[in-house]
Amino acid sequence: MKTIYTIGLDIGSTTSKGIVLKNGKDIVVNSIVPFGTGTFGPQRVMEELLKGAEITREDIDQLVVTGYGRVHFPGADKQVSELTCHAKGARYLLPTAETVIDIGGQDAKVMKLNEKGNLMNFVMNDKCAAGTGRFLDVMARIIGVDVSELGPISGKANQIASISSTCTVFAESEVISHLSSQIPVEDIVAGVHESVAKRVSSLAKRAGIQGNIVLVGGVSKNTGVVKAMERALDTPIMTHESAQLTGAIGSAIYAYNDFTKHMKE
Amino acid sequence: MKSKLTSNERVSNLLKRSYDEAFEAKAKGQPVGWATSVFPQELPQAFGLKVCYPENHAAALAAKKQSLELCSVAEEIGYSMDVCAYARTNFGFLEKGGNDVLNIPFPDFLLCCNNICNQTIKWYENISRKLNIPLIMIDTPFNMEDEVSSERVDYMEGQMDEAIKQLEGISGKKLDPKRLEKVMEISVENGRLWKKAMDMTSANPSPMNGFDLFSYMAAIVCARGREETTLIFETLIEELKERINHGKTTFRSEEKYRIMMEGIPCWPHIGHKMKVLTKYGVNMTGSVYPDAWALEYEANDVRGMAKAYSLMFNNVNLKKMTQYRTNSLIKGKCDGAFYHMNRSCKLMSLLQYEMQRQIQAATGLPSASFDGDQADPRCFTKAQFETRIQALVEVMEERS
Repeated sequence: MKTIYTIGLDIGSTTSKGIVLKNGKDIVVNSIVPFGTGTFGPQRVMEELLKGAEITREDIDQLVVTGYGRVHFPGADKQVSELTCHAKGARYLLPTAETVIDIGGQDAKVMKLNEKGNLMNFVMNDKCAAGTGRFLDVMARIIGVDVSELGPISGKANQIASISSTCTVFAESEVISHLSSQIPVEDIVAGVHESVAKRVSSLAKRAGIQGNIVLVGGVSKNTGVVKAMERALDTPIMTHESAQLTGAIGSAIYAYNDFTKHMKE
Repeated sequence: MKSKLTSNERVSNLLKRSYDEAFEAKAKGQPVGWATSVFPQELPQAFGLKVCYPENHAAALAAKKQSLELCSVAEEIGYSMDVCAYARTNFGFLEKGGNDVLNIPFPDFLLCCNNICNQTIKWYENISRKLNIPLIMIDTPFNMEDEVSSERVDYMEGQMDEAIKQLEGISGKKLDPKRLEKVMEISVENGRLWKKAMDMTSANPSPMNGFDLFSYMAAIVCARGREETTLIFETLIEELKERINHGKTTFRSEEKYRIMMEGIPCWPHIGHKMKVLTKYGVNMTGSVYPDAWALEYEANDVRGMAKAYSLMFNNVNLKKMTQYRTNSLIKGKCDGAFYHMNRSCKLMSLLQYEMQRQIQAATGLPSASFDGDQADPRCFTKAQFETRIQALVEVMEERS
């Protein structure tokens, strides 16, 4: 039987991610480039994927793109919303997932899956960037650390500093005020995590959480946010080391399903 | 042979005539009024007074990309961005002294009924003070209860009587009860025909692009008591029957999914919204608007009319609001619901989370929401709108 290769690309607002999937099951190679739509990021991911898998574009049976930049990427066979892709990707990584929470670069979403792992309904944030990855980026910059360091830093906190504002700009001035007052950075970072977690957990509660909860997207790498979310929802939350690739994995699976469906037809 | 006018042509002609008549009245020194969209227009119509509708005007200005500049003018003179964008557009229009793209004459009197929204009271009070003109107010207390008590009807009926006296003063005429009865009869009939026509869009496939509803809405808002409006809806009903019989539609794509859209459209981005919905084969076949002007009362019953205006769908409790939407989803044979979180409209937006949850529980249908505003283009992003409708389409596809 012919090997079927599909590519899933997740072009976000800040990062481009992609995978090559073999026969709908095995991830051959992945790529993450910290530049999103409108940059060289998506093209770089494509180059890295083809090189890493030692194949050419012609060997790819179907390419599906998701994420904020999906409509602007040339050469895709199909564009699918990130919600569907995150649902499929989360089930691939963690087969018992029932509620999937994605904290992305500029939005937060809560997805509910059926027993087959298909997306049945979703709720997304409204109006602003509070409770999103961008909020963490801004705060990391003010504190003067890399966003990847936020998790370990908050692990050393003795207290949680209060960040009461949900507005990113106002919260930024709160953080500056805390820094000026000599409040330990660890406590401030814990407060930032608490702020994101509270915002996202209220969204999750509104959607109605059920069964096993999985946190995906780049922010799931932040252990501080994960712990704060567990406290806010009073339930364990599963994550996966490849959670940043969830959207890309889901789009590659979608591509495989779509391709094989049409093959049968 | 003279070809028969289409319903669309009739709406355009009627709207043009309404605006022309208002300007002519103004030129002759006759008083012209401004009214909220669900004011008992039977009253000014019975006196033959010409009335313009600032909400309809603001929507049209927004669709013609005029509202941002007018909202900015209103903000420059001190109005908060949190004030309804229809009001800000109207305040900007007043401040600028008119608009070259779409003008209406300035008012000599105001007609405000808060059955659609309480912010209209302050909006109209402001105009009244600014222009030093009389404001006729019909206050319809919010119906937390399921029924309207007779005391409340007394209160509203009393205001109708007072409004008639005020209009007698403004017009310089005594009320002709026969004329009022006739206007009430026409208005009820037009409301009935409007609802009948809009309900016909639930056929499968729908004979109409759902957004066409908003073109016809201009007639039911601005000319509900006029006989020409009867002809518009009779013509439309004939056209819809014809299309249903021949499986035709004005929807410009294959109708793959049917949704209820909740909330006022984002007028500045209406073209984009229609384009995206068409791209995904999504037609709006569910809406609560068909119920908004289908007011039922007897032709000679002012008390019944007062009660009917009080029960307008924005002025009822959460349970009834939920029922209206649930019914429209069922009647429209919808696959899902799409909610507009409209920054301008606190009344419709702030109870949306709970309403959405209850409707979902009642129907089992998926839903999504998007951020926007009815007239302020700054509160809407094209990418967010497309992502959310695409995701809703994927969920509807998964369920089909």
